[in-house]
This record gives sequence, structure tokens and C-alpha cells, in this order.
Amino acid sequence: MATQVAEKAPDTRSPESIVVRFAGDSGDGMQLTGGQFTLSTALAGNDLATFPDFPAEIRAPQGTLFGVSAFQINFGSRQISTAGDAPDVLVAMNPAALKVNLAALKPGGLIIADSGEFTKRNLEKAKYESNPLEDGSLARWDLLAFDISALTIEAVKPFGLGNKDALRSKNMWTLGLALWMFDRSRQPIIDWLNGKFRTKPDIAAANIAALNAGHAYGETAELSGPLKQTPMPPVQSEPGLYRTITGAESVSLGLVAGAQLAELPLFFGGYPITPASAILHHLARLKEFGVTTFQAEDEIAAVCAAIGASYAGQLGVTSSSGPGIALKGEAMGLAIMVELPLVIVNSQRGGPSTGLPTKTEQSDLYQAVYGRNGDAPMPVIAARSPADAFEVAIEACRLAVQYMTPVMLLTDGYIANAAEPWKVPDPASYEPFPAHFLEEPNDGEALLPYKRDEKGARPWVKPGTPGLMHRVGGIEKHELTGNIDYSPDNHQKMTDARKAKIDRIAVPPQEVSFGDESGELAVVGWGSTYGPIRQAVRRWREKGKRVSHIHVRHIWPLPANLGELLSGFDRVLIPEMNTGQFKTVLRDQLLINADSLTKTSGQPFQIAELGEAIGKYFDDIEGNEGGEVPANNQQLPISESGHDDGSYPDAPFHGAGSALPDTGNPNKAVNQ
Amino acid sequence: MNDMTPIITTVKDWETDQEVRWCPGCGDYAILKAVQRTLPQLGADPKNTVFVSGIGCSSRFPYYMESYGFHTIHGRAPAVATGIKLANPDLDIWLVTGDGDGLSIGGNHLMHVLRRNVNMQIMLFNNEIYGLTKGQASPTSRIGTRAPSTPLGSVDRPANPCAFALGAGARFVARGFDVSKNLPDVLKAAHAHQGAAFIEIFQNCIVYNKDVFDDFAAPKGAEDRQLWLQDGEPMLFGSEKSGGVKGLRLNPETFSLEVVDVPGGDWRAAGVLVHNARNRTLAHMLVELPFGPFPMPLGVIYDDPAPTYEAAVIDEKRRASEGKEASLAKLLAKGQTWTVSGTAQDPV
Repeated sequence: MATQVAEKAPDTRSPESIVVRFAGDSGDGMQLTGGQFTLSTALAGNDLATFPDFPAEIRAPQGTLFGVSAFQINFGSRQISTAGDAPDVLVAMNPAALKVNLAALKPGGLIIADSGEFTKRNLEKAKYESNPLEDGSLARWDLLAFDISALTIEAVKPFGLGNKDALRSKNMWTLGLALWMFDRSRQPIIDWLNGKFRTKPDIAAANIAALNAGHAYGETAELSGPLKQTPMPPVQSEPGLYRTITGAESVSLGLVAGAQLAELPLFFGGYPITPASAILHHLARLKEFGVTTFQAEDEIAAVCAAIGASYAGQLGVTSSSGPGIALKGEAMGLAIMVELPLVIVNSQRGGPSTGLPTKTEQSDLYQAVYGRNGDAPMPVIAARSPADAFEVAIEACRLAVQYMTPVMLLTDGYIANAAEPWKVPDPASYEPFPAHFLEEPNDGEALLPYKRDEKGARPWVKPGTPGLMHRVGGIEKHELTGNIDYSPDNHQKMTDARKAKIDRIAVPPQEVSFGDESGELAVVGWGSTYGPIRQAVRRWREKGKRVSHIHVRHIWPLPANLGELLSGFDRVLIPEMNTGQFKTVLRDQLLINADSLTKTSGQPFQIAELGEAIGKYFDDIEGNEGGEVPANNQQLPISESGHDDGSYPDAPFHGAGSALPDTGNPNKAVNQ
Repeated sequence: MNDMTPIITTVKDWETDQEVRWCPGCGDYAILKAVQRTLPQLGADPKNTVFVSGIGCSSRFPYYMESYGFHTIHGRAPAVATGIKLANPDLDIWLVTGDGDGLSIGGNHLMHVLRRNVNMQIMLFNNEIYGLTKGQASPTSRIGTRAPSTPLGSVDRPANPCAFALGAGARFVARGFDVSKNLPDVLKAAHAHQGAAFIEIFQNCIVYNKDVFDDFAAPKGAEDRQLWLQDGEPMLFGSEKSGGVKGLRLNPETFSLEVVDVPGGDWRAAGVLVHNARNRTLAHMLVELPFGPFPMPLGVIYDDPAPTYEAAVIDEKRRASEGKEASLAKLLAKGQTWTVSGTAQDPV
């Protein structure tokens, strides 16, 4: 169902982007509310980025601080590339949601709170000594508190639901209000509710009544108080057909597309793990595309079955998150040794061990590049955004099939869950890379299973092929026959051959993602830091600073020109959500002085944090205190941060820079 | 796979040019020969036959079979084999594992390949010891086994492979031993079974656990100590020449099996049970019989086919695909979409 977006002249009175955060109990349906608001926003033609932020517990005890689930969306009439640093609007469904999320809210921002939930008991659970809605502690913000619970019960009264059931529609009431605030159509949500509750028309009707009531409340309340309608004109995007997509969907579709381009059936072995399970769920519904999904007994079986499928001539894929990837390590070594195609998707989360199951991190880079026994090289590529994951998944399939190798595809919890608009690509526009199976002996009358082609890849021989019976295994094998061979010369040759094959992979040349090919500072990123780095770099470039953004997709092997490209910059800064892993790889591979900006809070980088770090390199500019800027936890001034709407900051960055090192200027220190 | 056109091969056709690297006298040689003799009798086709193994002495097996072969990693052969079978159900898979590979590090995968009922033959070579790592106690080692890792004798209770297999839901459970002349018949029955067919093969490790099975496998007195089960036949052992013909009978008071004398060979009069390979309860009783008071039950203990996993997966895929068009372009554009018209703006 395609909606035509009317081209409207932008309303100059409107902000170019708005950040809204819906927060409530994990049972309040905030992710659903956010998802539906995202859909209506996409249909209204805004660019957007989302950030679902939820606890690991499915239904944490009600009203508790650790049970708060939030969904943040940044949308606008300009290109959006992050979910926004700080919300303009916070919808708090209970005291705990307010407490947990208030620190992020911009001064002057709007709080919409369900006063019906600010009971003595809930205030105690949220560790409030007095009711913040009444004690004046929220004076820095606009506050709109009303009893959403009671209003919802009233709205759904005609449907004869008990109070408990009626309150389940609270999120729809809230959504209705949000739709009114930004002049969004209710119809897609109504269609969705009718579809979802097809067999329970009463429930559908009650939810629609709640949605309408929330919307009507906005209309009537507009005349008084801080509630204003803020229409957001559509973004001017490249013409084409669009939809929203999460990283998990995007990876799944990219794998299906990649298998089609390789002309192979797709076999996916998976084991449930947050935040990677969604890929298994998506692919399990695509059987008509020749996809086999196998929910294995454990992570090891998942990768081993994928290796078995590749051995038998399909494209084997497995997926997990950090701890599960660790379990697959030995089997990845087997795939390296028997030189079969395999794609391993790692949706990274905070670690080590169980770590932060639902929070994002980029701390599996060492594991991806180095984390196997023996000299076990494997290509590693990283997606930078939900939409980009589609392209990267195809690239992973291509490398695996063309080079007969396992490939690690890195995404992370943020990419997996976040949604963004996606220009639907034409599958016919991709160059196919059909797999080739050996059908005849490749050495006169004989088969040499390890005789390599010009790329260093061995032939793929499917069992079932007449006359080509042979044996493979994880034990060291003769460089041509594949028979067991531990002789010193042979192991040296095979180790060298496995390394050379990966080293020689034709990686596309690295381009500058944003800015010039030389300058004072290159900010080098990988993975999901793309959005905030891009916006931070843009702000400084608009101030005339010679800073460029270089975003690396091919982590291993690196693009051949990367060293030369970086040599055109005086300094290199590598922000990443770990303790400096890519920095170590680049220092080692390129012998460059790269500085590190690290963050491991389970939250994505904010533009302001990055902006401040970049600013330290330009400490001659007026008003910028450079290396002397102390990290602090002050709220960001409303005019200059929290949006990636391209607004030019007049004042220097101040920082919610708690994640920055507080020891003067460590970036310079490491350069000594 | 018994639905393939029989192929004429000889024992030689199944031998590779690789030097066999087991210790001289190892029971593995006998098993290898038994398999190489059995495959021609099955009409098996080398190009469609895949031997998949884990790690250990037994797992070198694929290198010696002139078929497709995959020597995988420790304990994981069932998972690899499951992937192979799902990708190409026409392949005839023989899984080779051992007591350490299959019941210790790979116990989880063995359990799941059996409960899923993936169509393949699973040969577990049980020598009650870790051979390739030089003789540590294994999960089937008897209590008191003295080994480098258990110098005072092992204290942990051994696992019973056939009881494990039944417990995991296996639909075919059989036993044989390396030098037994009946082993090819057991392998043939396993091959004829559609589904996961589990065969425990007692195998003599002449270096680290020599002759540990002699109490029932030694030729002398074998007929008194081995109960070879035949579906539809009375469960008899022994002979007039030895201690007399004996049989197994159900004691209804204790609901357990007991050994009875069968004077004059009249097993009906003695109340001897007739083996029914489809009787799961009987199978459970047979695999749990303590050796000593009872003979060692050998041959096909249980054989009651059920739908295979790969057939279910294929069927599910067919049903899920019915009436659906596999258009990638349509898939990518699924859900709520919107169209942007007009001129493009340079990305900022």
C-alpha cells in the first residue's frame, strides 16, 4: 500500500526535526507505540531514525526503575541519521519512566505524564520522595500532566472492558495524542489495529476508541497550556519507493538477495539470542524463497549445520550475538580449514559474558578479526545502519562464495532494532555472482580438492557429483590432494595460502564518507557510529574546520588505499563503542597514530559527545576551550544539540560528555 | 537410503589409497572391513554416500572410505550431518563417532539428531576409553577404570549408550561388536531403517583398554553370553553343549526380565518372550539388562520407524510455499510503503 507524499512548501515556523521519547513500564506497550508512530511518521514523508531501549527482562516488576522501556524517534524534514541526542518531548507513562528518562530531556522540552500513575506506591517504587508533578522540580521543562489512565477507561467504557483490560489501551490513547501533535493520519494505525485484532473486533474497536480519544484530547486541549500542534513537512528525499526497515529485517532480506545472486538455496542455522533472534524469525517466514531455517540445539550446532549445508552445496549462514559467536569459534576454524562458504552475522551487544543483552556495543571486533585458534583469517565487514545492512549482507554472501571462506558480518543491537526509511532497491540492479560447482576432475583425470584458482579459492565439489569423491576435514591437509599431511613444509604452505587468500580479497577502495580527501582531522568510524559521526563532522565543517568522516565497511582485510588516504590528514580520531579495538587494528595494520574516543555505556554516541571530541583538535577557534573543556553532565543547550537536523551550532559544544576521558586531552597524549 | 537404484561395487571400490593409521590390532580395522563389505551388498553408490565424523580414533574413518567424507570437529558431527541432510536429503549419511565424541563433548548433538530423527546411520564405536588422547577414562568407562586421568580408578558412573539413545527418542537402536560376523547384518538393518539408526559397536582398544569386552565378546563361551535378538524370534541363548539353552521371560510379579532354562528347546513351555523390535518398553528393558546375571543383548534391539525430520522440513517448506510467488522485488517492497516524487536533493 503506497501512499503518495504531497509536496508541500516547508513551514518555516516548524523545527526541522523533533525527538520524541515514549517511556513506560515494559508491559505498557511502548515499543509498539513507538513502532506505530514510526510508521505514521514514515508515511507522512519524514526522514527518521529510531532507538528502542528496553530492559532484558520481558516483564520486569511493574513500576520499577529497571523495568522502564523506552522508544526514541528523531524525525524531520531534513535528512536524519541518528535517533537524536536529547528528546524534545518525553512521554512518561509512570514515575519510573520519568525518573529514568528525565536526564536526557532538553531544558524547555515537553513532558507529557500520566498523572493517574503517579500514585504513592508508584512514586515509592521509583524512589521519589515527593510527587515531581506537584513539587516544582520539573520547572525547567514544560509539563503536561493529566490522568491518561482515567481518560482511557472513560474512552473505552462503551466496550464493557474491565479496568485492567481497558488500561491496556493506554498506549493507543497516548499514540492518538502524539499523532495529533504532529498532524499525523490515524488511518494506518486503525487499519493495523483492525488487522491485528481481526478475530477480536471488540478489542480493535476499544483500541481505536482510545486512539481517537487521545487525538480528540489534543484538539480540545490545544487552546490552553503548552500543548501545541507541530506539523512536520516531508523531507526532500531521492525519488522512489520507500519503506521503513530495521537492521534485523535488512540483514535477512540481504541474505535472501545474496543467496539469489549466488544462485544458491539459503540455509540458516540459528539459536535464540538477543538481539540476533529477529533474523531467525524473519527468515523462518521466507520458505518460498528456498530458505531453510534450522533452530539448532545450541550455537555450535547452528554453525555446524550451516557448514554441513555449505558442504552439500547450499549457502550456509548462522547468526548470533557475542557470547554465541564465542561458542561458534571452533566451527568457524573448521570452515576456514575446509574452505567452504559461510556467513556469520554477529549482532553485537554489551559484553563480556552475558553482559548487556539488550544494549549495544561494538566490542566484538577483536573476536571477529582475531578470535579463533590458530592462524585463522576471515573477512570481516560491518554495517553502518539498518538500511546499509542489506548491502553488507549481500557483500558477505559474495565474499563467501567467491573466495570459499567464512565471512563475519558485524551489526549491533542498535542497528538490529532501530528503524529507518529505506529506498527499496531493485534486485535486478545487483551484479550476480553465481556459485560454481566443480563437475569434472580438475587435474587431468584426477581431482585436486585444494588446487586453487587465481583468487586463491579452492573448488567447491558437492557430494553427489560422480567421480569426485574425496575427503575434507579440520586436520591439516595436503596443499593439493586434501589428504592428511602434517609435514612442516606443507603446514607452512597451507597457512600461507589461507592467509594470502584473505589478504588478496578485492576490497573496494575506501572513500571519504563526508568531507575532503585531506585535512587536519579524519574521524574514522565503523558500524553504527555512522550517524552521529556524520552529523558531528558536518557541524565542524560548517564552521570551516578541515575535518572529514571516513567510515570503513571492510574491517578485514582493510581497503588497500586506507593508509594512503589517512596519510592526507594530520590527525586521526577513531570513535567506537568499545575500549579502542579498531584503533588497535589500524595502528597495527597501517602504523599510524590514531587517537581513540571510546564509549561503553550501552548507549549510542551522541552527536554532542563527538562534536566536543572533534572540537579539541581545533582549539584555536574562538570560544572553544579545546583540551581544557572539562567533561560535565550538564544538559545540552536546546539550540545546539540533540538534533541532527543540520542546524549550525553557534556556540561551541558543551558536553554531556561523561563518556569522554577526563584526563585533559588524551587524544594528544597517545600521539606522542 | 534404500530407494536408490542399486549400484554394483566391490569391497575394493570402497577402499581409499590412504594408509590406515590405527594401531595394529585395533578393533577399528574390523569395523572398517565390515562396512566396506556391507556397502556393496546394499547396492550403495559411492557418489551419494557421505561419511561424517567428529574427532577421535573412530573419526578417522572417512579417510579410509572411497566416498564423500567430512572429518569435522569434536562432538559436532551430528550437527554437520543434519545440515548436509537438510541441504541434500538424497545423500546417504553414515555418522562415525565414539564414546567420548558422541557421549561426552557431543552428547547434546547426539541427543538432538536422535530426537529429530534425521535419516542416517550413526555408528558409535564404544571402546570405553579416550584412545587418541592416550587413554583417559571416558563417559562409558566402568567404575574403577585406572587411567592417567584417574590413577586411583574412575569414580563416576558410566553412561549406557543404547539407553541414552532410547531416552533421546531414537527409533532404531542396535548393538554389535567389532569382530562379530553379525555386524554386517546389523549395519544392513540400520541402513534399511528410515530415520536416525543408532548402532553401538563395542570396539577393542588394544592399547588402552585391551579386551575389556572379552567377558561377552570372546569366542569361548560366546553363545552363553551373547543374546542375538531377531525380530519375531524367541530370545534364546546358550546351547545344549554349553550350560544348556536358556531364554528370557517376563516375570509379571516384578515386571522385569528373568533368565529361564529351556529344557528340550521347548521355549513356549518355558514362557520365553518373542522379540518384538517395535516394542519400546521391551527395548528399554533389554538395554538396561545388567551383564553378568544376563547375557549381552546384541543385534537389533528396537526398530520402529517414524517420519523423518528432513521429510517434515521439506513438507513444511512445500506447504509454506504453496500459492506464494517468490518475487524478491515484491518482498523488498512489502508492508507500508510510500513514494517520493520530484527531484532529488543532494544528500547533506
